[in-house]
Amino acid sequence: MAILVNNESRVCVQGITGHEGSFHASAMLDYGTQVVCGVTPGKGGQVFEHEGHKVPVFDTMAQAIEETGCDVSCVFVPPPMAADAVSEAAEAGIELIACITEGIPVLDGLRQYNYIARYGATMIGPNCPGLVSVGMCKVGIMPARIFSPQPGPVGLISRSGTLTYEVVNALTENGLGQSTCIGIGGDPIIGTTFLDLLMEFEEDPDTEVVVVIGEIGGSDEEMAAEFVKEMSKPVVGFISGRTAPPGKRMGHAGAIVSGNTGTAASKVAAFEEAGIVLASLTMEIPGLVKTALGK
Amino acid sequence: MKIHEYQARDLLASYGIPTNSGQVARTPEEAKSIAAGIGKQVVIKAQVHTGGRGKAGGVKLAGNPDEAFEKASAILGMDIKGFTVDRVLVADAVDIGQEIYLGFTISRDDASIVLILSAAGGVDIEEVAASTPEKIAKVLIDPTVGLQPFQIRQAMFEAKIDKQYHKAMGDIIRKLYSAYVGSDAELAEINPLCITTDGQVLAIDAKMTIDDNALYRQTELLGLREAGADMDEYEKLAKEEGLTYVHLPGGNVGIAGNGAGLVMTTMDVVKRAGGSPNNFLDFGGSATQEGVEKGLRAILRDPDVQGIFINVFGGITRTDVVAKGIVEAYDTLPRQVPIVIRLTGTREEIAKEILDNCGKPLVFAASMWEGAQKIVELIGKGAAGA
Repeated sequence: MAILVNNESRVCVQGITGHEGSFHASAMLDYGTQVVCGVTPGKGGQVFEHEGHKVPVFDTMAQAIEETGCDVSCVFVPPPMAADAVSEAAEAGIELIACITEGIPVLDGLRQYNYIARYGATMIGPNCPGLVSVGMCKVGIMPARIFSPQPGPVGLISRSGTLTYEVVNALTENGLGQSTCIGIGGDPIIGTTFLDLLMEFEEDPDTEVVVVIGEIGGSDEEMAAEFVKEMSKPVVGFISGRTAPPGKRMGHAGAIVSGNTGTAASKVAAFEEAGIVLASLTMEIPGLVKTALGK
Repeated sequence: MKIHEYQARDLLASYGIPTNSGQVARTPEEAKSIAAGIGKQVVIKAQVHTGGRGKAGGVKLAGNPDEAFEKASAILGMDIKGFTVDRVLVADAVDIGQEIYLGFTISRDDASIVLILSAAGGVDIEEVAASTPEKIAKVLIDPTVGLQPFQIRQAMFEAKIDKQYHKAMGDIIRKLYSAYVGSDAELAEINPLCITTDGQVLAIDAKMTIDDNALYRQTELLGLREAGADMDEYEKLAKEEGLTYVHLPGGNVGIAGNGAGLVMTTMDVVKRAGGSPNNFLDFGGSATQEGVEKGLRAILRDPDVQGIFINVFGGITRTDVVAKGIVEAYDTLPRQVPIVIRLTGTREEIAKEILDNCGKPLVFAASMWEGAQKIVELIGKGAAGA
């Protein structure tokens, strides 16, 4: 049944009347996602229309939930207001929030991270491409065409956007269907980590192998590796940023090697120690996944 | 964004944190007159956005104003790790009794702000953390409620701060937290926080890094931004043009693409194929013609670049438009080097045709690995022919 989202998920788009929000709301509808409402403060009462779909717009998340029973939110709100939008969604009772916005001030992100925890909400991101449960639900900005036409046994977790597309595309081209693919985001503080999602995939009957695409910075990969040792399912890994110079931010706010922490070498070592099958080039991933599946 | 020591001291003073007296000087004359005002021994410190200035000779004591003139003359204009010193801090050389480390930063793993206090101050805190971690007190702060008084006490008891200084130091800890949050800092540290021989607690050196994402609401601090404070010339120019570019001096292959993770991986793959990446350049999610052209110009500024590998994974980007844009821009570029272009996405067959038939050293690649091998091969040939 995939993880996090499925064909019963009822999605709200926060910032649906904006340029990004409206474009991607349409793409989500095209994929078959149930986009049941949008929220833009001050634009309540408008209707967002796309190819015969009529999506009501509300002023607040509380109204949106009351009227439509939405349980997933996708945030396309500009950085100064994004953390606030996420907090509003959590307080109103949304269970899963995908925050696409890049450039949220760190302290806002920290406060919002700790605040939403009280409401039991799960956040994906920020600064992420969102997630897709193949054939059922697409939340965020990932291009639909890269996914397998039918669901398959491969789960995927990545910190990056386009690198995720690269790998998912290669899996699809090699006939390896996906269950759920999640971009967890490139910020230093993110709502959901590799570890959280590996635990979900371990429990998911539809997922037989998990691909983890890590990168330099922080220690999420190292913590995930500890859990992989206990997992029953095989994990294929890849680490980006082996040539990145220390102390420099490589595009993502979180992709920085500080002192001896966050290096590619430390992550590679942790993955190897945990028995994760490591690809040194992304093109090797489909072959390693096939082997892991016993094909 | 890093700010200078003297700027951080001024900012902390505005929050009521006591510092030793001192001012910034841009000339030896200014240094002399500041020293005369202080009226006793002073310390003259280079203001540059890099560490290790003491070892480089950028910190000197001066016993009188004439000596201050002389020492400032020696430090101003000095080169420290590629930064030219254009300002010095002239400050009262206080009689130090004990040196304390005090700092606030973010703990990624705990998703919290962390207060760090250590009686082993005055040295690199990371070295203390590595050799004698028991000398460091760390307290996690819930950012939704902020620093609590018991946490301040907890840190001071754990760091074994003499009780007679708890009141003064507790006050400084509270004020530094206000400054940290109030200025959207990622790091705020006072090292050393000194207990002087006459019993005062003073901030002697301060270091602050401000969150770039929050500068839109830190308008006063925005004025302290120095283009490329920790960047080289190539990075400064690219930054002014709004590009996300990191320079790797000495490399021979220019690297560009859309999306940070993909570009980082492209660098790794080029290295694997036997090339040496010269840079990291992210066009952003959608690669527009204007952005691509600007990016190529930035990459070509470094004469070491002998070829470029562009890796674009187009989700919704029309790859034929990207290809056409590169062909049109090619002759107007400052130098003509081989360019391998990996394009995946909408209309990639047409993109391949455009590149194959353009009559320029623009080569289509279907995969990242193929592209990396091609650019390394092309550069190899170029070098052999030269």
